Amino acid sequence: MSQVSIRKIVKSYEGDVQAVKGIDLEIEDHEFVVLVGPSGCGKSTTLRMIAGLEEITSGEIWIGGEVVNDVPPRDRDIAMVFQNYALYPHMSVFENMAFGLKLRKFSKDEIKRRVDEAATMLDIKMLLDRKPKALSGGQRQRVAMGRAIVRNPKVFLFDEPLSNLDAKLRVQMRTEIKKVHQLVPTTTVYVTHDQVEAMTLADRVVVMNHGVIEQVGAPQELYHNPQTRFVAGFIGSPAMNFLPCRLEEAAGALRIRLSDKLAFPVPENRTARYRPHVGKSSLVLGLRPEHITETKRHPEPGQHDFDMMIDVVEPMGMETLVYFTIQGVEASGRVNPNAGAVAMQSMTLRADLNNMHLIDDTTGKVL
Amino acid sequence: MADGTMVMGSGAATSPAPRRVGSLKKLGRRRATTALLLCAPLILLVISLKIYPTFYAVFLSLLDRKMNEFVGLDNYIFLLSRPSFQLVIFQSCLFALTAVMLKALIGFILAHLMHNIRGRNQRIWRGLLLVPWVIPLSLSTLTWWWLFDPSYSALNWTLEWLGFDPIPFLGTTWNARIAVIAVNTWFGAPFFMIMYLAALKSVPEQLYEAAAIDGASAWQKLIYITLPMMRNIILITVLYSLIVTFADFDIVRILTNGGPQDSTHLFATYAFTVGIQSGNIPRGASVSLFMLPVLATLAFFVLRDVLKRSKEIST
Repeated sequence: MSQVSIRKIVKSYEGDVQAVKGIDLEIEDHEFVVLVGPSGCGKSTTLRMIAGLEEITSGEIWIGGEVVNDVPPRDRDIAMVFQNYALYPHMSVFENMAFGLKLRKFSKDEIKRRVDEAATMLDIKMLLDRKPKALSGGQRQRVAMGRAIVRNPKVFLFDEPLSNLDAKLRVQMRTEIKKVHQLVPTTTVYVTHDQVEAMTLADRVVVMNHGVIEQVGAPQELYHNPQTRFVAGFIGSPAMNFLPCRLEEAAGALRIRLSDKLAFPVPENRTARYRPHVGKSSLVLGLRPEHITETKRHPEPGQHDFDMMIDVVEPMGMETLVYFTIQGVEASGRVNPNAGAVAMQSMTLRADLNNMHLIDDTTGKVL
Repeated sequence: MADGTMVMGSGAATSPAPRRVGSLKKLGRRRATTALLLCAPLILLVISLKIYPTFYAVFLSLLDRKMNEFVGLDNYIFLLSRPSFQLVIFQSCLFALTAVMLKALIGFILAHLMHNIRGRNQRIWRGLLLVPWVIPLSLSTLTWWWLFDPSYSALNWTLEWLGFDPIPFLGTTWNARIAVIAVNTWFGAPFFMIMYLAALKSVPEQLYEAAAIDGASAWQKLIYITLPMMRNIILITVLYSLIVTFADFDIVRILTNGGPQDSTHLFATYAFTVGIQSGNIPRGASVSLFMLPVLATLAFFVLRDVLKRSKEIST
């Protein structure tokens, strides 16, 4: 029983600044939920409210079936991994990991057993006598995780735990965290600003912006069916292309017009859904770079070829990014490295409209 | 590198490299000389006011009263056998240890209170509480002397007004000893406060948050986080204060002049009495040097420990 339930929580600071504006979230037992969003979106504040490190202005937080609004952090049965690790510099690795157990008056044998077990799992057994200063960033990160694991708490909280690591180590530790969660499936709330971390780790991703939840869903769902322009742009790298467009109707068929020369027919299965928006002035076509590719064989239904002057070519090895401009708006596509993309030359690209999104820019909603 | 050597290459193309190295060397030598010259006043000051007097005092303490004959450690051996000097050792230790302990404790409590006052108010309180440490000690001790005066004392006047008997603050042995310790504590506690406040501010907030989540109460945070994190500052301030308090002169000289019946004499005031007032300079020097070996040894071990720990915990 370690569900976490967040009900209409609000966090206001002096001067009426609202960091979190009344969010609701249900986190199931054993679930790995990632809160993701740009800095200042309220994700860390939400996590700190769950931890009890920030007071809640209004609303309720439930952990394991109990309201914990007025319960101090030490009685919430949670463990937290901080961005800067927050290891006690004057204690050895063993003492750091044992500290919580020692305060909870566990027997020496039990403390040793648990620390050894966690240290073995995290491969830090040979570091137990060292002080944090003598550890590398990755090792410190493991110790911080070990300190959380030994407590066997109801909920793990991670506050941007990988942001201080270099890119290579970050990927490695991401896998470690996933492995640990598979071994110890404790309910986890993980905060990050990195959408790749969110996508790779989460059972469910919560995208936050300006103190509200934009969308909650499984990583694939957020990727394929974003509900707002913010989510569409935030999830996925390189980001989705947003191209201002008009929706035209001619002889019962709909067309997305990007410029005088460029228009794509709307796939038939979307015609009914988009018809009410014909003629609207604030429409934006959302199409991911991976859905703008080089041409190969015959186009399938919903796929359309178009010629474009390529501005910049970025070879990435396994693929090549091409950048071009439509009506003054920069867009990108992902093509095969052997497709012969050359900067400042025209190239025939293929847009896969089956994966398009039509966005109403005034509301920010995906239609 | 904006020295003249860099532009020589173009005009004197024949052998610029050796000449450049040569002039750089010269510059290096010149820079070292300049540095030495700039430091010279300070070095001279330290040599003339610290090192020379120390060695001269050691030399003096090994002479006889007329400063003609070398007598070895006779002055020290004689002093140790005298009950009056044994009393001075006791009093100095009592004074220094009690006062430093009280200063450290009060400073620690004040620093914590101060740390919890937010914003501008903290600056105001910090300024007010630093006042005793900023006023010249001899002036503030004179004020205390007035306060302790048997006839015109504001303290006794208040006690009498409340219906109590007046207290001869400086008139009896233990009252005088306590009064001297109290004034030293009043003067020195703000220094501890400011040092501890700085140390408190340097403890990362996240350590307290981690401890709170680990299950620590406020008391446990103090014992397991605050104190170990402040250990170096505590050790250094206590060491520094011990050295300064053992050498204290002004308070006793102004408040009691060593009385009543020599019961408040410290090393410094006793050395002054013996060396300057009684004219036995070698013996006065021996008195003033008495604690040097003890404090030097203590300083050595404390500073070694501080160095070791700061290497361990700095990130």
